[in-house]
Amino acid sequence: MVEVQTCQTMAEAAASLGEGARYLGGGTIVMRQVNYGDQSFHRIVRALQPERGVRGDVQGLRIGAGTTMADLLASSEVRFLHPVARQIGGPAIRNMATLGGNLFAQNPYGDLAVALLALDAQVVMSGGQAQPMERFLAERGHLRGLVEAVSLPRPQPGTFYFRKVSRVKPKGVSVMSLAGCLRSGDPRVVFGNMGPAPTRARAAERALAGGLSEAAISAACSVCTEGLAPADDALASAWYRREVAAVHLRRMLDSGASD
Amino acid sequence: MAKTPVTFTLNDAEAALFVDPGAALVDVLRRGAGDLTPKQGCAQGTCGACTVLIDGVPHLSCLTLAETVQGRHVETTSGLAGGPDLHPLQKAFIEGFAAQCGFCTSGMLMAAKSLLDQTPDPTRDQVIEAISGNLCRCTGYEPIVDAILTAAAEMQGRPAQQGVR
Amino acid sequence: MSSVEFRKDLFADERGDTLKEIGKPTIRQDILGHVTGRTPYYDDHLFDGLLHMRAVRAPHHHAEIRSMDTSAAETMPGVRKVLTARDVPHNLNTLLSLINFGRDDEPLCAATKVRYLGETVAWVIADTERQARDAVAKVRVDYTVLPHVLDVEEAIAPGAPVINDVYPNNTFDYHEKYDHQKLRFGDVNAGFARADHIVEAEYQMSPIEQAPIETCGAIAAPETNDRYVCHTNTQALFFSLGTTAKLLNVASSRLHFIGGTAGGGFGGKVDSIVEPTAVLGAMVTGKPVKFAWDRYEEMQVGAPRGGERWRIKDGVMNDGRIIAREFTGFFDSGAYMRLSPYAIVKATGHLPGPYSIPNVASNVYCCITNRTPATAMRGFGITAADFAIECHMDRVAEAVGMNPIELRILNAYRDGDMKAHRRAAKNTALIECCQVAAGKAAWPISAEAAAQSSRAGGGTPERAAIPETAVDEEGRIGERRQGRVAHTAPSPQPTRRVAAGIHGETHKGAPVQNPDMQIDAERIGHRMGSPTPAATPAPAAPVAAPARPTAAPPAPPIATPPAPGASTPTVPAANPAQPAAPDPQAAPPVPAPEKPAAYAPAEKFSRGIRRPGSSPFTSGFRKR
Repeated sequence: MVEVQTCQTMAEAAASLGEGARYLGGGTIVMRQVNYGDQSFHRIVRALQPERGVRGDVQGLRIGAGTTMADLLASSEVRFLHPVARQIGGPAIRNMATLGGNLFAQNPYGDLAVALLALDAQVVMSGGQAQPMERFLAERGHLRGLVEAVSLPRPQPGTFYFRKVSRVKPKGVSVMSLAGCLRSGDPRVVFGNMGPAPTRARAAERALAGGLSEAAISAACSVCTEGLAPADDALASAWYRREVAAVHLRRMLDSGASD
Repeated sequence: MAKTPVTFTLNDAEAALFVDPGAALVDVLRRGAGDLTPKQGCAQGTCGACTVLIDGVPHLSCLTLAETVQGRHVETTSGLAGGPDLHPLQKAFIEGFAAQCGFCTSGMLMAAKSLLDQTPDPTRDQVIEAISGNLCRCTGYEPIVDAILTAAAEMQGRPAQQGVR
Repeated sequence: MSSVEFRKDLFADERGDTLKEIGKPTIRQDILGHVTGRTPYYDDHLFDGLLHMRAVRAPHHHAEIRSMDTSAAETMPGVRKVLTARDVPHNLNTLLSLINFGRDDEPLCAATKVRYLGETVAWVIADTERQARDAVAKVRVDYTVLPHVLDVEEAIAPGAPVINDVYPNNTFDYHEKYDHQKLRFGDVNAGFARADHIVEAEYQMSPIEQAPIETCGAIAAPETNDRYVCHTNTQALFFSLGTTAKLLNVASSRLHFIGGTAGGGFGGKVDSIVEPTAVLGAMVTGKPVKFAWDRYEEMQVGAPRGGERWRIKDGVMNDGRIIAREFTGFFDSGAYMRLSPYAIVKATGHLPGPYSIPNVASNVYCCITNRTPATAMRGFGITAADFAIECHMDRVAEAVGMNPIELRILNAYRDGDMKAHRRAAKNTALIECCQVAAGKAAWPISAEAAAQSSRAGGGTPERAAIPETAVDEEGRIGERRQGRVAHTAPSPQPTRRVAAGIHGETHKGAPVQNPDMQIDAERIGHRMGSPTPAATPAPAAPVAAPARPTAAPPAPPIATPPAPGASTPTVPAANPAQPAAPDPQAAPPVPAPEKPAAYAPAEKFSRGIRRPGSSPFTSGFRKR
């Protein structure tokens, strides 16, 4: 049996969480678990006024955890994220699914988290403390508290890349997703669904540190699966994912930045 | 089991119901409000058969916690036909063989209505994108896409372009 | 509206062009309900106080149930009842028992062991679906996990685990004799010896889920007059009704089944599992009960089209003529038989595809594995075989360096050609299909191929004849398990030859349930096992053996040595004096009548089955 607790603010909701409780954002993850009788929680906590929307200032951008994919698509501040948000779910899912939920989405979902890791976002917890995406993803399974927003620097124009590989178009879950933020000197390359959480391909990042020359791209492709741990699932085998990862990395880099 | 009161507008009428905690909107619409037009195909947001419009935009009623529609406007296929006349989408679906078993049709119609409300003259790609969250196992989608384009043309008052690919 | 093109120029003289509906769009009679959302699917029937039933499912492919504790589940909030195998009155069935095919092999609820992942081991009935799910999680089952097998050929290998004692060899028993369904037509080995090329390949198709948008489900409720109403999305209403009556041991007259609307089926809604379950729930609670699969169950335990593996070996001449084709097929029936053994009979009747091939042999195995049981789906039995055949035709074309469409036209069956299942082909149209397809695809074909017709060139004496056929008795039930027969392909060493012209051989397999259904050779216009020389031309080869008296056929040119002490002809003619022949293939149990008499049934036709041991539930009649 499930009990629902409705709070006004994120702070109240964060205080109400605890053993056997789950925060309900857009519902696309938690309601599915409720419908299928997930026994790991028996209380749903929700907030009537979650932080929602995109705010930009000189520092960078802050996106509320309650921002839906449709909200992102309606915001000109985050045009670079439109190719990511547009490829998540169908229209109804995009009206419901939130950024906060996507940070916790398990494979084969969570494409936005892949992009946010590449963009070096900070995850802001309710209470104000922030941590980098990378540490957040490593700890997300046993995290206390609520995500309130993410903050991220605006990427330099022409540096953000994204590619989602799915078997069904236009709406399909990811065989893998790839994101890159190729700042010179400090490039990021991230794979989704190539391990339990979005993972940086550090060897590929090192290969691209000197710029996007043909030689660097080839070198990055040849080492891009180092450190990745893909699994078999209904969409593809781990073997297949390893085989095609370099192909998709090259296609992403060849097709140009998405902003 | 403590039930929660929820009031909302269902098509053109007010609905006031007591819902089980954790109940999905699709169950409340069907068994509480007696509106059987949203169908449950997967309960996990995959098939789109339960698509309804909440405040004008498509939502999956299987993944919507029922009490979150408090004070909002929910539209279903029951409200599609205005009185005795069918909606142009319904007519186009009939004439275009855009339904076989019919189980996805309600959700498909709501997704299409939302598209035509916002984009009265969509391209074929926009139609495909709009129904991309709705699975149909029978038709192969082409008749559905054609029917939506036909309805759009009809609502725009110009002749339908058949088989525009 | 539709892009269907009617080629009325083809076979125009065979058809009066008076069709009133075909070729014209017709509005579906049910579509107004669909577009207004008012079509009543089974779940659109609302009942006050509806209870929800959920299954407890096995987490293992193959395991023994050591013990089960339902006490915690029974005390959960809202729980009305927890049911196990003991609560099913007659907990063993096979779907086709209603037509007397196969042995009962499947419980509605597993009692002692589970044979596939997700098999039902108990049910919970509660006030809400969530309460039922919560209680399901509280049922404790102790399993001893057993070795499982998921591959058809591993399943029929000697050391494979026995999955179901009803079929201890992991194969269906065909005709109570063989572990596979045989087809023999001509002599493939002689064909291979004569061929310029041998083309061999293997093809495989994975299981396919029908994936209807509406999952399988039923609502049952007590009705007046001590009956139960059942709203169901079954594709086979009377199968579901008969199966429910049998499993629950009630008269079918007490069941009121209402179907007619399914949110997609594609074959996946014939298995009649949700109906008896829901009715059982209504019986034990006296309340309306809904039992429906969720999407996970639909995909995991909903019976798919079974996986199949086919090996094809062709003997081909340089000019592209296929003179011999041999099949070895494996159907993955999953843990229980359901419809697969029947699908194999259908597949075998379809071989060797729409081609005239004078020598055909096939062994097809219905294998039990620890996979989800398979069932019907859109042409099942034919689809994978056709996929294999058509892929293979392309391989053959490549091997002989020929245009693949011309190869098909060259080998296509034509009107009057004898098919391997010993019926003459009629109304054939493969050649015309190939010609139209080549035209549509702008695929060039020769003027000669373009001039061919399905109505010309077929049914010549040699194409219309049933050839002399080499047969064997390899692969008897149980031999494979004992390691006495290793290969699965049709035997390269036939032991006997059946003279040309013989249409069929009766067997003593599934007993005929009603005398009226006994195949009566005269009535259906076929001769069984007693060829009349005049019917078909004798084989071209000279007669080598001494002529037999009267109706005996010409002996085969390459006769195998007769069995020791046997003075009977290699092909025994129908001989009423021969008692219970040890070889039912060779000796038909139905004596061929001396002269054809007008058909008159020995007994008056009556509905129902009175044979001892037969199911009392199969039609309107029931023993009490």
